[in-house]
Amino acid sequence: MRAKSDPILKVENLTMRFGGLVAVNDLSFVAGRGDITALIGPNGAGKTTVFNCITGFYKPTTGRMALRHGNIDIEAHVETLTDTPRDSLKGEGGSLFLLERMPDFEVSARAKVARTFQNIRLFSGMTVLENLMVAQHNPLMVASNWTLGGLIGLPGFKKRENEAIETAKYWLEKTKLIDRADDPAGDLPYGDQRRLEIARALCTDPVLLCLDEPAAGLNPKESAELNALLRSVCKDHGTSVLLIEHDMSVVMEISDHVVVLDYGTKISDGTPDEVKSDPRVIAAYLGAEDEAEVEKIEAEVGL
Amino acid sequence: MMDAVEKPVVNWGILFKDSVIAAIIAFGLFALMLGLKTDQALNNQMVLVGRPGLLAAVVGLVFVARLMTGYWQASRAGRIAPAKKTSSSAMMLKIEKFGLPVAVGFLVAYPIFVLATAGPQGAIKWIDNFGIQILIYIMLGWGLNIVVGLAGLLDLGYVAFYAVGAYSYALLASSEPIKEFMAQLIGEGFWQVWAFWICLPVAGILAAFWGVLLGFPVLRLRGDYLAIVTLAFGEIIRLVLINWVDFSNGYAGISSIPRPSFFGTPFTAGEDGFAAKFGLEFSPIYRTIFLFYVILALALVTAAVSMRLRRLPVGRAWEALREDEIACRSLGINTVNTKLTAFAIGAMFGGFAGAFFAARQGFISPESFVFLESAQILAIVVLGGMGSLLGVVIASILLVGGVEVLRELDFLKLYFGDGFDPAQYRMLIFGICMVLMMLWKPRGLISAREPTVFLKEKKVVSSDLVKEGHG
Repeated sequence: MRAKSDPILKVENLTMRFGGLVAVNDLSFVAGRGDITALIGPNGAGKTTVFNCITGFYKPTTGRMALRHGNIDIEAHVETLTDTPRDSLKGEGGSLFLLERMPDFEVSARAKVARTFQNIRLFSGMTVLENLMVAQHNPLMVASNWTLGGLIGLPGFKKRENEAIETAKYWLEKTKLIDRADDPAGDLPYGDQRRLEIARALCTDPVLLCLDEPAAGLNPKESAELNALLRSVCKDHGTSVLLIEHDMSVVMEISDHVVVLDYGTKISDGTPDEVKSDPRVIAAYLGAEDEAEVEKIEAEVGL
Repeated sequence: MMDAVEKPVVNWGILFKDSVIAAIIAFGLFALMLGLKTDQALNNQMVLVGRPGLLAAVVGLVFVARLMTGYWQASRAGRIAPAKKTSSSAMMLKIEKFGLPVAVGFLVAYPIFVLATAGPQGAIKWIDNFGIQILIYIMLGWGLNIVVGLAGLLDLGYVAFYAVGAYSYALLASSEPIKEFMAQLIGEGFWQVWAFWICLPVAGILAAFWGVLLGFPVLRLRGDYLAIVTLAFGEIIRLVLINWVDFSNGYAGISSIPRPSFFGTPFTAGEDGFAAKFGLEFSPIYRTIFLFYVILALALVTAAVSMRLRRLPVGRAWEALREDEIACRSLGINTVNTKLTAFAIGAMFGGFAGAFFAARQGFISPESFVFLESAQILAIVVLGGMGSLLGVVIASILLVGGVEVLRELDFLKLYFGDGFDPAQYRMLIFGICMVLMMLWKPRGLISAREPTVFLKEKKVVSSDLVKEGHG
């Protein structure tokens, strides 16, 4: 767990209100670089809201979300950046981004945070390969000189497009979808669609990958394959992963760090083992009222 | 087993009962409407005249029609639909691939062929009414296809950009200050001859500018709301053109718009004219033929650009936007810019077509840019199959050419009397055709989507998977 020594994302005092409803209440946590950080909690705990705030789909009511590229010191620079009206800062060794100040598409394009959705959002009428090409829109747009160069057929664009196809092929092989590259995305079975969405997010070359329930609806074999894929993404590519998941076998097996939410408030934060034995977590999941009752329940289930 | 599936099982008893019920309902509906007619007797009294023959004919027709549709449905139910569907859409794409060069070749040869068969007098009608008229709509259809077919943004006010292009050309080309300025700068007569070629790109740029202007306020709107605002935009442009008389001359329109020249050589009867220069006898047909090739070239440029744009990142982003806007934003695509480019490029081609229209007519007024035009262009795109270039061609020929064909059906007067004008029934026929299309092929004539990039094999995407867009 590298949340302390090598953080990539630092969320501070994040609050999101929808009218009178407080979906996320003063949440602070740190995700470490190269870690798989899991965000868990009962239904309606505000996990997806946190994701939507991080990826810019919601503007948080209050709070600060600092993301860094490279080795810039978050603590040293974040206050300076906050005092300016800007959303990012380039310093020695890297850049710092304040995600709450950026619109959704820039969070992906500039801050390099990619995400998937709880209900899969593929371009179903486009082929698998096309889905991955759309994900590489921004570099391809530059290579095509914002369409003009591509329109008159400059060779630079063709070369860059071939590179993009190679990138797509790489991720298709990784996700075992290479044989279906030319099929429409909407024709794939559910498990393949889940993997394709992850592959598509990875094609944007993210530093932080946010996965909203990637194992939902997968069978145990597919779920094990997903674990291996996520592990490899972290190890081989240095991409950090932030994950919402209900499947505890996935969470406990692959995450380095677990943050538990209940009613929008953080109730536990630590390694999987620490969280597993946290009485508040057990209470939240089992629905107990207070500590005494938790102990009773623990005794009953033999913990 | 296979035989049992293929052979339709028709239950004639049920079918007969069904048809009898349909006939009874028809009788109930029509007994008063058709069976009785009020008429004036000699003493100016109203009398009821029974028409049992007509009533019987209609009821009989309903009975037979119900019997036939029932049989058709029953025989269709036994077939396996999906497999056939993909193969037919794949075939359509093949037609598109080979059909397009054939169609272009045919169009290039068309004026010469018509001239050879119909002679210079008869050919004008065929080249102008059929050729140029249809090509204008093909071009407009291809332009709107970018907005509606690719980006999935329902635009009911496309005619506004057509009007902007037409008025840009008409106002610039007939403007006295510009004419004088050009006369001082380059020489007398220059503007008269070259105005079209200089104003054509200007008209396109102005239309694109208005496309962006429309795009900005409607970016947040989706579906029905977007359609209503674009519809209003089209009407605003038209009403401004009607009411701002100082600017556009209102209802009276703008006349004596300079006609396009053959790259500097005007189509006039004089010494410097096209005919004299090339040693031909003067005839208006040369201008018509030239205009045909100009619009053909403009339309082909539109097709080539939109085909190429589809394979560029911006085109893929348009299609992705049609599929899922939120996913687009999660992938770092600036949806605002993407929508605006779709509006601007679509509008630009509308502007080109408008400038050509003004040059061809020599006279324009707001009457040419009513909502019905927008509806017709949209109908062409929807009927053709959203995103398909060949589909737009077929739909334009059917819709625009169809109306022209109706005007040619003079022989029908023999049967229906002298007052019968089949062109009066065009909206009725148009409506029936649209209803039938929606039943038979709701996603248009060519509904399969061709992928823009592939690894091993190009597989067409069936229309069931392709979304229509929501904004």
